[in-house]
Amino acid sequence: MSLAQLQHLSKTYALGQLRVQALTDVSLQLQPACFTVLSGPSGSGKTTLLNLIAGIDRPDQGDVRIAGQSLQQLSDNALTDFRARHIGYIFQNFNLLPVLSAFENVEYPLRLNRTPAAQRRKKVQELLDAVGLADKSNHRPNQLSGGQRQRVAIARALVHQPLLVLADEPTANLDSQTGAQIILLMRELQRQQKTAFVFSSHDPQVIASADHLVLLKDGHLQSPQPLQEAV
Amino acid sequence: MIALALRNLWRNQRRSATTLLAMMIGMLSILLFGGYSRTVYYGLETDFVGRSGHLQLQRKDYFWFGSGDPQGYSLQNYTELVTEIQQDPVLAPLLRVVTPVLQFGGIAGNFDAGLSKLVIVQGVDVEGQNQLRQWNDYQLAITPELLSIDPAAPDQAEIGIGVARMLQLCTQLALKDCPQAEAGSAAIDAGTLSADITALAATTAQQSSQTSRDQTGARLELLAASTGGAPNVSRLQINRAVTTGAKELDEVYLAMQLKQAQTLLYGEAGQRVTALQIQLQHSADLELARTRLQHLIDSRWQQQPLEVHDFQTLNPAFGQITGMFSAIFGFITILISAIVLFTVGNTMSMAVLERTVEIGTLRTLGLRRSGIRRLFVSEGLLLGLTGAVLGTLLALLLASLINQAGFAWLPPGSSNPVPITIRLWGEHQMLLSISLTVVLVATLSAWWPARRAAQQDVVDALRYV
Repeated sequence: MSLAQLQHLSKTYALGQLRVQALTDVSLQLQPACFTVLSGPSGSGKTTLLNLIAGIDRPDQGDVRIAGQSLQQLSDNALTDFRARHIGYIFQNFNLLPVLSAFENVEYPLRLNRTPAAQRRKKVQELLDAVGLADKSNHRPNQLSGGQRQRVAIARALVHQPLLVLADEPTANLDSQTGAQIILLMRELQRQQKTAFVFSSHDPQVIASADHLVLLKDGHLQSPQPLQEAV
Repeated sequence: MIALALRNLWRNQRRSATTLLAMMIGMLSILLFGGYSRTVYYGLETDFVGRSGHLQLQRKDYFWFGSGDPQGYSLQNYTELVTEIQQDPVLAPLLRVVTPVLQFGGIAGNFDAGLSKLVIVQGVDVEGQNQLRQWNDYQLAITPELLSIDPAAPDQAEIGIGVARMLQLCTQLALKDCPQAEAGSAAIDAGTLSADITALAATTAQQSSQTSRDQTGARLELLAASTGGAPNVSRLQINRAVTTGAKELDEVYLAMQLKQAQTLLYGEAGQRVTALQIQLQHSADLELARTRLQHLIDSRWQQQPLEVHDFQTLNPAFGQITGMFSAIFGFITILISAIVLFTVGNTMSMAVLERTVEIGTLRTLGLRRSGIRRLFVSEGLLLGLTGAVLGTLLALLLASLINQAGFAWLPPGSSNPVPITIRLWGEHQMLLSISLTVVLVATLSAWWPARRAAQQDVVDALRYV
């Protein structure tokens, strides 16, 4: 059974007087515990599709169902709560909260879910250990390198054991070596936690590590391609 | 949430400090003026309550017509009323002083100099009156001016400095800075008196000179209309001339022994007064005491029509002055609140703008719109709280320095300089209400930017550059 079903998704943005068709009739199924990459050229609709799956944007048409729950049917608060419980998100620019330490940044989703303090501490320590930043737990984001910040962001995305982790070009702001390390780390954590990962990326390293590749062009889903050819 | 809000404020220290400074200066202005106004209120209240008591029991309508007819509007059997008030189980624990007063108009004459002057006479029980004047429930740094009249000397009196000046008694009373009128011009009043009244005064002076020939100092004759309208004269020995704080009063003030005043107005058998001055331990009990007195008037003292007035009714200037200060205080508070509103509002708007991406991130992670709103409102609240606490501390410090500096000013209509004191310490209600106002205004001013932050579209917020 698939983890997420994307049914006939269409999304149009207004750009001044212009209307840009970001996605047109996209239907897709995402499998649990899989590493899925959404790829395509700039402006192909990767980020839009990721936003719709994450429930931070709503489609003009179609529906996103995650674990049987239609996101369209949820109110704004219910959708926000759904994100807090079931979705992890990794941003291209890391988007750590600058006033919080690495530990507190990772802890934040647990606070939103009202996890008891002792449990929070244990989970955060485990995740910081797993991303290799146990010794940096008190550091603020501005005291960490780009790679370290992305590790914190990965820990934050995974700490509440979501059904689905979404990553918007997670290696775009990292050098290739750090990017490769981050991909390896995510792959390893995905296997350990058996969580589904969906990336938007045109980084060959990311695409190479995918279980499933979804190609987008001009807002349309391309017919599936063999992975090697896409790389 | 609060910890996060606090750290966000700390993040832009310069901006937060500027906002806090504006709030502190605002608080400081409101509190210093409020503290000064409070001193003025208490000073006025102490002055008026010290002169007239908290309440006065008078014959009905004396307040409106009594000064023109003190005989007709006087209280009979007042000693019984005093005893009943002092022994009343409700009033007794509230009371400090109950003392009679007989007030009437008369002509004070220095007939040796051919001078006379209209005066307002206060016939008082000296001990009761002195006790009345020592009321200082607010513990102000004042020394009450007590009557100099010896209770055992029936003809002793004191006058206002203006009366002394006009009756040319300055030399006898050893008054400094007392201008002398040019010869001839000051005797006009005396010249207007009819010959029979002048003769009556002269006779009284001659009679009393025999009994008091060994006495020295200033003397004057007090002429008043006795019961039935016949003139009567009393010869008084003036102990001293005082200043009441207002030139107009200084020119009409004369205080004398109650017994002597009663004899002058009502003859030897006269047992009447125009009012009973009732002073309470604390002003807070005024309403309770008034209600009880009204009950006694309605139920037990029906043999003569009575009414009770409080010191505010008796001294309309009190309400006018405190009203003026309240209006200025309100205006300053509104002005400062508007400044706080715009300062905090601007700070929070800047913060929302700068943290747009962060707002998108928080929403993506699962913080509800209400959570975003709470976050920014909490920041406004914290700014308000910090500003209120620091502003209060600064105001207390500055008030203490001002109080110790010993500045003084001369209020309008007063002849005595008044020390400038800022009464803030212990004024919990004022400190709390102003602090709460500032906190409330700061929180409200954060509300609009917080609402805007919460309404942002998540995707647009994440894309914001």
